[in-house]
Amino acid sequence: MDVVLASRLQFAVASLFHFLFVPLTLGLSILTAIFETLYVKTGDEDYKRAAKFWGKLFLINFALGVVTGITLEFQFGTNWSRYSMYVGDIFGSLLAIEATLAFFLESTFIAVWHFGWNRLSPKLHALCIWLVAIASNISALWILLANGWMQNPVGYTIRNGRAELASFIDVITNPFGWMEFIHTVSGAYILAGFFVLGVSAWHLARKNEVAFFKKCFRVAATWTLIFALFEVFNGHLHGSEVAKAQPTKLAAMESLWETKQGAPMYLFIIPDEKNERNKVELFPIPGMLSLLAYHSPNATVKGLKEWPREERPPVTLTFWSFRLMVGLGFLFAALSVLVFLSRDNPGRFPWLLRILPWVIPLPYLACEFGWMVAEVGRQPWIVYGLMKTYEAVSPISPLQVGISLLAFILFYTLLGLVDFYLLFKFARKGPEPRTKVSLTAKPATI
Amino acid sequence: MEHNIYQVIWFILWGVLWAVYFMLDGFDFGLGMIMPFVAKNDMERRVIYNAAGPFWDGNEVWLITAGGATFAAFPKAYAIMFSTLYTPLLLILFALILRGVAFEFRAKEESPVWKAVWDLCLVVGSFVPSLLFGVAFANFFLGLPIDREGILHGNIITLLNPYGVLGGLLFVVMFVVHGATWLCVKSEGDLCRRARHVAEKFWVLEVLILGIFLVATGLVTDLWANFFRYKILLIIPALALLGLISIPAFLGQGRYWLAWFASALTVLMTTAFGFAGLFPRLIPSRLDPAATLTIYNASSSPLTLKIMTAVALIFVPIVILYQIWAYKLFSDKVSPEFLETEEAY
Repeated sequence: MDVVLASRLQFAVASLFHFLFVPLTLGLSILTAIFETLYVKTGDEDYKRAAKFWGKLFLINFALGVVTGITLEFQFGTNWSRYSMYVGDIFGSLLAIEATLAFFLESTFIAVWHFGWNRLSPKLHALCIWLVAIASNISALWILLANGWMQNPVGYTIRNGRAELASFIDVITNPFGWMEFIHTVSGAYILAGFFVLGVSAWHLARKNEVAFFKKCFRVAATWTLIFALFEVFNGHLHGSEVAKAQPTKLAAMESLWETKQGAPMYLFIIPDEKNERNKVELFPIPGMLSLLAYHSPNATVKGLKEWPREERPPVTLTFWSFRLMVGLGFLFAALSVLVFLSRDNPGRFPWLLRILPWVIPLPYLACEFGWMVAEVGRQPWIVYGLMKTYEAVSPISPLQVGISLLAFILFYTLLGLVDFYLLFKFARKGPEPRTKVSLTAKPATI
Repeated sequence: MEHNIYQVIWFILWGVLWAVYFMLDGFDFGLGMIMPFVAKNDMERRVIYNAAGPFWDGNEVWLITAGGATFAAFPKAYAIMFSTLYTPLLLILFALILRGVAFEFRAKEESPVWKAVWDLCLVVGSFVPSLLFGVAFANFFLGLPIDREGILHGNIITLLNPYGVLGGLLFVVMFVVHGATWLCVKSEGDLCRRARHVAEKFWVLEVLILGIFLVATGLVTDLWANFFRYKILLIIPALALLGLISIPAFLGQGRYWLAWFASALTVLMTTAFGFAGLFPRLIPSRLDPAATLTIYNASSSPLTLKIMTAVALIFVPIVILYQIWAYKLFSDKVSPEFLETEEAY
């Protein structure tokens, strides 16, 4: 195995694993903050228990998100040092700003929130979880502006043999980065929404803490509806941004081989990458692809054959990732409507309560597919149109990377298993009983 | 000329970020390393976990920021530093992962085996970064065997030269004392007494190793040259020694906070000593002076440095303020009552 492939696999393992924990952090922090705010406003003890219950799950999840994020930051140095030298002037500063603005805030106040239940006034305590929620979402913004720059480099000039910053404003107003941010965090909110819905449904189906989980269900139902519908809309806008900035990615997402005016959208396709065609193309909607990509049914969409093979991303992987992500997105929108309709009476559709726990993994899959579209679809570029991935890798030995890749896989698998085991355990355990309020800690009576 | 000022500012900020990181996470590492020696039962081990509980995560962010700042201000140094130190850095990162999840996971199950596993992770996850950071930084002071392409001629064994190992031992011992004084601050009774005992014993070692390190630095590196050129810089090693000799004095009086501050000063100034000696170099090359990375040949563009300076000067003070607030909020001793709550580790 060569260094480029091993490094790519390692980054894929590290980032896909990291992203198993990030979206729940982004969404559940806000939901926990909403529950605690409801407690402060209404004085309803259940909302406080909700903040504690979801907060506990948040913390188990957060721990792995934090520690696996660090390895990602440093991998730009260890494995992609040529990339770091070439674009560090821009990319490095975005990461540094992320750490300074967001990570400190997030990490300091999550600890204050976690340990500070009986040290702060309820309002101040609720403020802490809001700061955590805001900080984690700010961190998402900066990291996605950094990724957005790799997708659609702007505001730079080539000087001294590297990409140097020309306009900071252009970099931080990069429309591609903002679209990615909106799309990613909305996806994260959907994931967190279905997480709360799924866990609540599991307990409701068992008549466990019914009043408590009805309240959680209700908040999450509205929340999920908003973002599941919004995601369809902003996903479409994000797609047109891709069409503009990355025509090769768009062609791979749709497995479009020939350039076409008024390109149709096929509801079912099986790509045949080797022979540069599709094995199966069924159910065309005339002009639909042109319409979606360029807002005109007669627009010309470039096919993959416009570019030599070595300039194209892997088509099959990009195509299926995109299709599955979109399919799941529509499923979430449909489910969220049903959930919303039963928000006051979660038992309205008994089958819905039974399937919701099984829906929990699906947004995770959708998020991961989304990242595969973004990153695999950008290939062979590490920075689209500016630097190829193979030029970016460190001059290190394949053996080193092979060993570390293996270590990453083993280590992360073990950690992931433990973390999901704990999430399961505490999700099923439910909230602390009403009577036992841990805040008023009594002296030990042993 | 203007450019040079920002390069110098960023060199200082770079040094400060790393030094503050070692000062803060250093005591977390120390707590982890001394746990097997000072804690006799589960309750005492929990005191140790909770002594670092509200702080370790915020402390670790200084590492992320130090790394990010290296990336932003000196991308070439970032690239070469971490690609040449591939294996040790990944070992550090894996160790830090173990350390982090040990905090979060340990209290989640009652089984003694479960707890013993995470205790082991905490100890390993504290010892490995302490040792390897020390080895790595000593090697920066010594110079790495890198050529003009930024390729390392050697491997992890090359880094384990006597001076590198000495640096590793220095960090381990320094952090043990630092963590032990912190435990004195945060605990009571027998545990506090044992922590103090460890701090006093390892302090003797710290004096010895720091002494040898400063002499060895004079013999195998040219770090001292800057201090004799700019005499004012001598205040840095002087403060390190002042901190060091104050530790047992304060411990003897039972003034643990002051002992910890003295230890913090030692860590801060020992790290600063290395950076001040390096200036204006970031990573010297042992093979070829032309391959040495300096603030002049490895830095970002003037525009990036300016923007980053503004960001740092506005936000780092804010960070310091709220972190101090958080430290004050949790400055009391870990109480048995607190350990009864469900929030406790």
